Amino acid sequence: MNIIYFCYNINIKTMPIKSFILHFEEGKKEILLNELYKLENCEVIPAENHDVVVLVTDTDSEELDNILYNQLLEIKGLKHMSLVSGFDAK
Amino acid sequence: MNMEQKNVNRRSFIKKMAAAAAMTAAAAMFPGIIFASEQEENIPIGGSLDWKKGPCRFCGVGCGILVGVENGKAVAVKGDPNSAVNKGLLCVKGYHQAICIQSKDRLTHALVKKNGNYVKTPIDEALDIVAKKMKETIEKHGKDSVAMYTSGQSTIPEGYVASKLMKGAIGTNNLDCNARLCMASAVTGFLTSFGADEPMGCYEDIDYADYFITWGNNMAEMHPVLFSRMLEQKNNRGAKIIDFATRTTRSSMASDKSILFEPQTDLAVANAICYEIINNGWVNKLFIEKHCNFSKGKTNIGYGLEDKFNFKDEPQKIDFEAFKEFLRDYTPEKVSKYSKVSVKDIKYLAAIYGNPNKKVVSYWCMGMNQHTRGTWINNLVYNIHLLTGKISQPGNGPFSLTGQPSACGTAREVGTFTHKLPHGVVMNEDDRKLAAKIWKVPYENISAKPTYHTTEMFRAVDRGDIKFIWTQVTNPLVSLPKTSRYRPAMEKDSCFVVVSDVFPTPTTDVADVILPACWHIEKGGLFGNSERRTQHWDKMVEGPGDSMPDAWMTIEVARRMGYGKLFPYSKENHVDEIYNEYRQFHEGAKHGMAPLEVLKKESGVMWPYVKGKSTQWRFNAKYDPACDNGEDFHFYGKPDGKAVIWERPYEPAAESPDQEYPFWLNTGRVIEHWHTGSMTRRIPVLHKAMPHSYVELHPEDADKYGIVNGQKVRVTSRRGSCTLPASINERGLPTRGQVFVPFFDENMLINDVTLDAFCPISKEPDYKKCAVKIERV
Repeated sequence: MNIIYFCYNINIKTMPIKSFILHFEEGKKEILLNELYKLENCEVIPAENHDVVVLVTDTDSEELDNILYNQLLEIKGLKHMSLVSGFDAK
Repeated sequence: MNMEQKNVNRRSFIKKMAAAAAMTAAAAMFPGIIFASEQEENIPIGGSLDWKKGPCRFCGVGCGILVGVENGKAVAVKGDPNSAVNKGLLCVKGYHQAICIQSKDRLTHALVKKNGNYVKTPIDEALDIVAKKMKETIEKHGKDSVAMYTSGQSTIPEGYVASKLMKGAIGTNNLDCNARLCMASAVTGFLTSFGADEPMGCYEDIDYADYFITWGNNMAEMHPVLFSRMLEQKNNRGAKIIDFATRTTRSSMASDKSILFEPQTDLAVANAICYEIINNGWVNKLFIEKHCNFSKGKTNIGYGLEDKFNFKDEPQKIDFEAFKEFLRDYTPEKVSKYSKVSVKDIKYLAAIYGNPNKKVVSYWCMGMNQHTRGTWINNLVYNIHLLTGKISQPGNGPFSLTGQPSACGTAREVGTFTHKLPHGVVMNEDDRKLAAKIWKVPYENISAKPTYHTTEMFRAVDRGDIKFIWTQVTNPLVSLPKTSRYRPAMEKDSCFVVVSDVFPTPTTDVADVILPACWHIEKGGLFGNSERRTQHWDKMVEGPGDSMPDAWMTIEVARRMGYGKLFPYSKENHVDEIYNEYRQFHEGAKHGMAPLEVLKKESGVMWPYVKGKSTQWRFNAKYDPACDNGEDFHFYGKPDGKAVIWERPYEPAAESPDQEYPFWLNTGRVIEHWHTGSMTRRIPVLHKAMPHSYVELHPEDADKYGIVNGQKVRVTSRRGSCTLPASINERGLPTRGQVFVPFFDENMLINDVTLDAFCPISKEPDYKKCAVKIERV
């Protein structure tokens, strides 16, 4: 899976709230959405007319962030994950 | 609220921002993408929203919007499903447009410069000052010492009263508009080829075409809703998109084929396509025999770089054989050498146009229009469609897109150019007589001589010839070419500057009087989009403070100058009253405008509006009631009813890269921002998605100069310089030897660097080509 970074000017590791654009393989939308909905600390916003999902993650620690990230990488059918933004909630 | 609640709210807000940033980025990648939840979230639950229809405030596509108003505030925007333009879709700018009016730095009161400081002034007093100053300047220096500079974003009534004041009442043609900067070449292209302005087809062509060929046109970012409609046809029925451009963009990536050419050589490639069409016997002989003439004009026509540059073309009729002979210099093999387009790709393009069984639409916008041979390249694309007879039919036609919401409706149809009148041109006696009759002014009042086109207008300010200028709905000190000359010019004491705007801009910074304008939905109005569609809207919310519609400001100044009888409109109904007066100029089957009651009901109506019906394909007798020559087609803009195929050669750009300045500079736009960014940079979601400009470089050029992503780069021309962060392999990818810079950022003024060369026929500047050098900072 390719990871594309849109916001390259921020230290994304220190940001507990991030947003991503997820692209998945053709015909895998429903399966992927089911997998995403199972994850904690995630908000899933599917596009109505494209095979694209916006994902907002909200974690309390870098450790939780890494766990979530690894869970995302394990989802089958996920083609690209583009990191768009990171925010510090403090 | 306790601390915990505050943190929850803040976290929730930040998550929304994060979601919005991703949705904005997705919209840039997938034009027309819909996130239903985003729209629904903006709508208060249980609220009693009053949905009001109107056009989008931004680009020339003219999408229909519905604005949800509650308690006098615009709280939601969604696409109008009844609009034939966008069928409910909107782009990222469209969804968020209404947010800008809540910006904290709105201009809410008039500001008058006194002893170097801006003093808050009651609007009536400020209008007194403007009228007095304008009148005094005319008395002292003559009527041609005052000027107005308006916009393709002005509403139809705003453009109309500006024209009536300047040309009818004062009697000067010192009126031009920023549409000169974006589509004047399209106008002269249409007039020279067809004798009638504006596209013959409509957006419904998208539903029928087999091929879309985009000429230097990044529609995915600039006309995203239309591009989305094209992608739908690509996916559903296999229509093909061919991107012909100087730079790889989001449009290229979404197209079936991307063909890159060396800047300026589109002229040669278009001729090579014509050569191939003729050489392969793909000419629609019957069509050209019945409906076309052949002409040639002057060559080596200059670039307008010197003040008071003057040019007049001298058309001469030629025949098909002479045209064929001329094209011998444009074989694919010869053109390939300097265009950097392969022979195979030139032949591929020609074969698409030449295939009688395939329908082809050509789209273009600034890439072709902002060109020192802008009129010529428009003519050349028309040549291709005329030679093959692929014109004025569903799915077949050349289509010049506009950049602004009413570049067609106001600038072109009302005529806010120096040479124009609401019907026809100032040089034509009959047109002047018609204007004098409708305006109720003496015929002699209307001068027969055009004065300053945009570039020359600001040169005249610099020279001290113009001593009073009033700009409305535009931001020239970001958008003009070579602002390095025109900013100091506008700062000179020799010219009194009045600026009407909604927000502070670099142009208001040099004003002597700043007038607070209402935004789009804070006033009623009409726009006209790229497909000849007139769109009406009613005022939806109140503007803040003393803000006033631009049309009403003009009327108030006209009355103070003693022209009250010519401007008898009421404050409440001036939009309707002005439109009804204006409509008289276009009576008849060739340009009839829809009555107000129809426009108020419908989500836009196309002209010519004849017997209760929009005309979708002009010049085709099957669809256009104005065709009366008894043939299948009638190009009635020309006296003999025939379109013109023009012999137009390739000529080089005004300035090309050399040893000292080795790069081409190309400038343009991004999906997030509307032109100079004065509105969209005040919409947090859009600003955060694209917070500043940048310079795109080819990775090999970046390597050569040791430049990495994000590093500051100074871009310098013979006019000036601008420092921006580097962008390598991100949004777009220029060819080697070329850099690209978006112009929306007032803090990184790339137009200090650009050149004010223009097409000698259209007088439209070329923002796409000049020579620069780059340095790592």
